[in-house]
Amino acid sequence: MHRFLSISSKSTFLRNRKQLHLPFTCPISCATPNGHSCFHYLNQKSASLGSRIGLHRFFSSGYFPNRFNLREQERDGNGFLRLRGLVGEVRSFSSEADRESIEYDVVIVGAGPAGLSAAIRFKQLCQEKNADFSVCVVEKGAEVGAHIISGNVFEPRALNELLPQWKQEEAPINVPVSSDKFWFLTKDRAISLPCPFNNKGNYVISLSQLVRWMGVKAEELGVEIYPGFAASEILYDAENKVIGIGTNDMGIAKDGSKKENFQRGVALKGRITLLAEGCRGSLSQKMMKKYKLRENVQAQHQTYALGIKEVWEIDENKHKPGAVLHTLGWPLDSKTYGGSFVYHMQDRQISIGLVVALNYHNPFLNPYEEFQKLKHHPSIRPLLEGGTVLQYGARTLNEGGFQSVPYPVFPGGAIIGCSAGFLNVPKIKGTHTAMKSGMLAAETTFGVLHEGSNMEAYWDALRDSWVWEELHKARNYRPAFEYGLFPGLAISALEHYVLKGKSPFTLKHGKPDHEATNVARLHSPIQYPKPDGILSFDVLTSLHRSNTNHDHDQPAHLRLRDPNIPANVNLPEYAGPESHYCPARVYEYVPDEKNHLKLQINAQNCLHCKACDIKDPKQNIEWTVPEGGGGPGYSVM
Amino acid sequence: MKIMVAVKRVVDYAVKIRVKPDKSGVETQNVKMSMNPFCEIALEEALRIKEAGLAKEVVAVSMGLANCVDTLRTSLAMGADRGIHVEAARELIPLTVAKILKKLVGVENPGLLILGKQAIDDDCNQTGQMIAGLLGWPQGTFASKVVLDKEKQVVTVDREVDGGLETLCLDLPAVITTDLRLNQPRYATLPNIMKAKSKPIKKYTPEELNVEIKSDLEVVQVTEPPKRKAGVILSSVDELIDKLRNEAHVI
Repeated sequence: MHRFLSISSKSTFLRNRKQLHLPFTCPISCATPNGHSCFHYLNQKSASLGSRIGLHRFFSSGYFPNRFNLREQERDGNGFLRLRGLVGEVRSFSSEADRESIEYDVVIVGAGPAGLSAAIRFKQLCQEKNADFSVCVVEKGAEVGAHIISGNVFEPRALNELLPQWKQEEAPINVPVSSDKFWFLTKDRAISLPCPFNNKGNYVISLSQLVRWMGVKAEELGVEIYPGFAASEILYDAENKVIGIGTNDMGIAKDGSKKENFQRGVALKGRITLLAEGCRGSLSQKMMKKYKLRENVQAQHQTYALGIKEVWEIDENKHKPGAVLHTLGWPLDSKTYGGSFVYHMQDRQISIGLVVALNYHNPFLNPYEEFQKLKHHPSIRPLLEGGTVLQYGARTLNEGGFQSVPYPVFPGGAIIGCSAGFLNVPKIKGTHTAMKSGMLAAETTFGVLHEGSNMEAYWDALRDSWVWEELHKARNYRPAFEYGLFPGLAISALEHYVLKGKSPFTLKHGKPDHEATNVARLHSPIQYPKPDGILSFDVLTSLHRSNTNHDHDQPAHLRLRDPNIPANVNLPEYAGPESHYCPARVYEYVPDEKNHLKLQINAQNCLHCKACDIKDPKQNIEWTVPEGGGGPGYSVM
Repeated sequence: MKIMVAVKRVVDYAVKIRVKPDKSGVETQNVKMSMNPFCEIALEEALRIKEAGLAKEVVAVSMGLANCVDTLRTSLAMGADRGIHVEAARELIPLTVAKILKKLVGVENPGLLILGKQAIDDDCNQTGQMIAGLLGWPQGTFASKVVLDKEKQVVTVDREVDGGLETLCLDLPAVITTDLRLNQPRYATLPNIMKAKSKPIKKYTPEELNVEIKSDLEVVQVTEPPKRKAGVILSSVDELIDKLRNEAHVI
């Protein structure tokens, strides 16, 4: 019971700025822009963006091939190299000295809702104030939207602020929520419960489609977006301030040698760098560790869930556009938090998925197989019978909410969106808060570059915004489930109907997800039913539907900090949980020549969900970014 | 010498395709498109010849809707000097493509025309052969090795044929279609993608080139291949004979 109460609520605690121990203090000086050539954007839509960009634009950044263009307070070319040794990020196989460096005013990593909202908002401010700043967005997916997967019941609150004309501009937001159901499932039955959600005014969408549309809008405003390029490292100056990112070297073989099409990565320098990598972003994790961003504001650790989803095309007469269903209970047990969703989109397409919180105890739990079981439930299967699966995918999401928000500013930039973690768990929505965080960061960034203010204002802006208010109100729902399913439901009902977010207490999260796994001997292996090929499928068939691909001949992007731990710890003590929770069959224990089971990493299958980075008991697996352009190819997810 | 490379925008090879519900074709809406892999190999070969100093310019050509320009931009980012886009409202059959290419060859006068051996969406494997026929040029198809001799104005091509490798010596100008093992295409780097935005792409319409777009072919129906049935394990030779005779009707 000792972890039950925290006396002061976090928001008042944090407003007392003296308690922040910041490792940096000086504001970023607003020197004159680096002699950019003029970018003339045209404020009109056009049919073919490609030709338009080619015809009307100059490069809006100084392009200096094969030469460093560092500013006066930074060192010369040597300083750049030296730093990599300091920070410990020297890559063992990129032995080339320099690489091309391209400069922008703002560099954004990730073309998702947060990254694109930040880019769009920033360019809008440039338009309003007649300023000319360059924005570059790098995206590891092969196209904008290729790595975007979400439920999604969309609350347009942030979009209404960002692009109020979205309806006229034909945003792919067409299906308003028409019904909202909430069931408690047992093995054979579905018990209807009062619906705790209020989805009036919200829409059922495909987030991948929305993000693609946002990408078009961003490019119309003059944002440069480069899909197919993975930001693999952060660049620092002599004072440990972030000055940009470096993209992956391409064309390195599995053994680390250079292939004939080797291409050195590029250094994208930004006066401000915004990290919008989504949940458990690899660079964001490094930033939070390096600058102790969680410790600085006494934030708790982040907690996560794994969402597995399919988009089906079903029979016309079963399809009800806008129908929203959430379930609790079966197939998960009372100690495992999670639930499923079914959302009806347009064109006879539905999204169906299962979300499993990653602080589950049983190392044999296989979220993918649980999802396959779900589809056979007597209330769910009639919907799917006669339909076909269009796409499959999986991704982790944040559940830590208010208690886990880190200090999102670091010297030289900030973390936005799910990389920081603004998802509202009881609402099961994170898109609108991610977008708003991007917009707030953009406004602060503009202030920094245009007026010379401080990036720390982003933190204040967040706490003054509706994002903070929402997260604060929602803060106790998820932690309540630490006590089990039914106590959790009871406390949630109390919060929702009685206290209405005004509770005097703030519940804390339990153990970090990777520590919550019990040892295997406390549980027995779960026998999952074989897939029937009509409703349920084996992993590889599903994986094929995610359009996942990576170039085979590249080093595995999933790194083991200690290569012995899988055989010495994961397998004997935890029965190799990675072979159970990975929704892409990346991890397999196969017998070697001496018939010992050895961990085999099929990195090519990876869906970039980050579950292994989160759930590995000894935190031995590090997800790093593979060559850009690889990974899943979501289009309607 | 100028090299002309024809590239095609097709459904990306890693995408799981599906047939449209009305069986009129393959679903291409919301599906990732990219340059045909064999076209990438063709472009890479042209770029290598240029980098060896044996050619002056590489021109990339693509035909189709406005979104072909994406593929041309990728070609420019890989290193082509100019792009040509022939706007066409519909799917073009290989013969029409060959006829348009013939007119473009008349305008540009390249010494070498390199294409991919086939497109991965229709697997026709016809365009290269047809254009060679229309132009009366020698052709080296399924090339796995290309060696240009500028002085003698010939190109030696190793072809992958059913029986092994065949080496042909072709007088320039010639048509080459590329096979998988010819080379490993380069990545388009970020700086090159940025530079490519300012390289010129010239637009033509088929009318300007005096080519009539008519199709002698009509797609009647597109269906998925029938699902594989599960194998059956038999317990004796008699059962095998019985099944072969009475179920499969082959004996």
